[in-house]
Amino acid sequence: MSTEMQNEAEIFRGTTEGSTSFKDSRSVRGTPKAGMPAFVLGEELAQMAATDDRIVVATADLASANRTNDFREAYPERFFDFGIAEKNMITSAAGMAACGLVPYVATFASFSAILGAEQIRTDCAYPRMKVRVVGTHSGMSMGFYGTSHHALEDLGMMRTIADLTVVCATDANHLRAILRVSADHPGAMYIRLGRGRDPVVYDTVPDITIGKAIRLREGTDLTIIATGSQVRASLDAAEVLAGRGLSVRVVDMHTISPLDRKEIAAAAQETKAILTVEEHNITGGLGTAVAEVLVDLPRVPFLRHGVPDRFVEVGPPAALYAHYRLDASGLVAVATEFLGL
Amino acid sequence: MPEPSNVSLEVLKDRAKFIRTETVRLSRIAGAGHYSSTFSCAEILSALYYSQLRIEPSRPDWDDRDRFVMSKGHAAIGLYPVLADLGYFDPAELETYTRLGSKYGDHPDMKKVRGLDFSSGSLGHGLSVGLGIALAGRVQKKNYRTYVLLGDGEMAEGQIWEAAMAAGHFKAGHLVALLDRNGLCIDGHTEDIMSIEPITDRFASFGWGVQRCDGHDLPQVLDAFARLPDGTTGKPQVIVFDTVKGRGVKRMEMSLDWHVGNLVGEDYDDVMAELDAGLKPYEVEPAE
Repeated sequence: MSTEMQNEAEIFRGTTEGSTSFKDSRSVRGTPKAGMPAFVLGEELAQMAATDDRIVVATADLASANRTNDFREAYPERFFDFGIAEKNMITSAAGMAACGLVPYVATFASFSAILGAEQIRTDCAYPRMKVRVVGTHSGMSMGFYGTSHHALEDLGMMRTIADLTVVCATDANHLRAILRVSADHPGAMYIRLGRGRDPVVYDTVPDITIGKAIRLREGTDLTIIATGSQVRASLDAAEVLAGRGLSVRVVDMHTISPLDRKEIAAAAQETKAILTVEEHNITGGLGTAVAEVLVDLPRVPFLRHGVPDRFVEVGPPAALYAHYRLDASGLVAVATEFLGL
Repeated sequence: MPEPSNVSLEVLKDRAKFIRTETVRLSRIAGAGHYSSTFSCAEILSALYYSQLRIEPSRPDWDDRDRFVMSKGHAAIGLYPVLADLGYFDPAELETYTRLGSKYGDHPDMKKVRGLDFSSGSLGHGLSVGLGIALAGRVQKKNYRTYVLLGDGEMAEGQIWEAAMAAGHFKAGHLVALLDRNGLCIDGHTEDIMSIEPITDRFASFGWGVQRCDGHDLPQVLDAFARLPDGTTGKPQVIVFDTVKGRGVKRMEMSLDWHVGNLVGEDYDDVMAELDAGLKPYEVEPAE
């Protein structure tokens, strides 16, 4: 489904339908609209907790928005709502991890990764605590809620922290896969999500390995290396480009740190050009990370595509994606310009 | 399960002296040390480690042990000798203090220091760490206590009050904050730089049980520990220890010059002799 169909109030309640005491208006609680991708964060963690008593979950006054309330319903004694106090939540989670628990702490990426960056570095990554910091609604998926609620710098900030694994979830099934492997992954992790109801890439839960990219489509003329919410758009763009006779490889680079250097080297060797696509400031994120690998390899035409190094406009998410050419048609235009077609 | 032991006051006084002399000795290896912040909490650390904590140095990972978080991590120089003395590691390891590749830096690293429950150094974090440890104890159905040593300067950090609020809200009765109220931060008196009083009222209003006493008077320190209710009251506890920054070395007491310093030559010997003689009554110099 496209983001246009989403009610922009659902971000705070996690659903689009619900009862209201008013006649025509609609508050946003209740059950999701039929056909809407599920936001599986809390549900999957609750399933995992059934057989893993190390798992605890915390949020900062956004249990509805990130659906950790699904976990709270199942395991109230293993759930903590810290209120709007993210620093305390992240550091407390580190204390819990020191006792052998595996805490998942979730809030908007702007307030987990960006506001909590020092707590993530000093209290989670440095002592190698198994804290899983989940950043939901990353990038500019908060649309007209504005820059305070956007996270277009989080990958750049997180990937420079030693001993911190940084992973982007592509869709619901991919998120389930990440969560499942995360429970036994060593050290701290930052898990970046889009809106949580992102367009489907994986029909079933994929078999993933942290640090190993997934090649979703083969090709020889161009490799699009994408992450998170941009994987779906990249696949759609590749399909359009295929109709124009271009053979396009698409790679889901879900782990930003540690980066899959082999997959990047393969793209440089086997395809004629590389385009990185991310919903992130063009500085410091996926494109920069890939560039750091390519600089050591024989030269290949390379373009980074993301959000320009400016604070973005206000607008509904779909309008922003179109404006910044981060939807399928925008990516087609970026790719054809890049290839000089 | 070992319980808090009845060690004599003489032993505790001696161990407080040991904390101070080791701080001076190790600082000379480093060429710099946090003397005065460590001197102010010497009696607190001595009473805590030698009489209060339920720990077994032979089993640093024992699940039921009491936990200690040194939020004012810059006083770790006073903690390392205690951990070594209790048998967590060979005291000879401290000869490497701060040298390249040493396990023992100015701020403590839990991945390197045996017996250390959490790393610290960035002020304002420790109370949250302690809260998380206390909440883990609830999830895991343990009844250990978690003690957090706070500096008074770090009371200006917002995260302290996030943690204080949450501890009251979550009824973390097994969490005990120990505030080393030595009166000074780096730039001056806390009440001039960023006032924290009335500190007991502030904690009480966040749902904490509060005590206040002289942090250099060991009978008072022990009495405050003895008065801590068991965790079932659901009220986090704070003991505000009124202390003197630099206590034990006359020229450092309430001096802004000795937050970090380096004693060498005759001064080193003089200070060691002064410390060896034991604490004299504290006298405030008349203002000039």
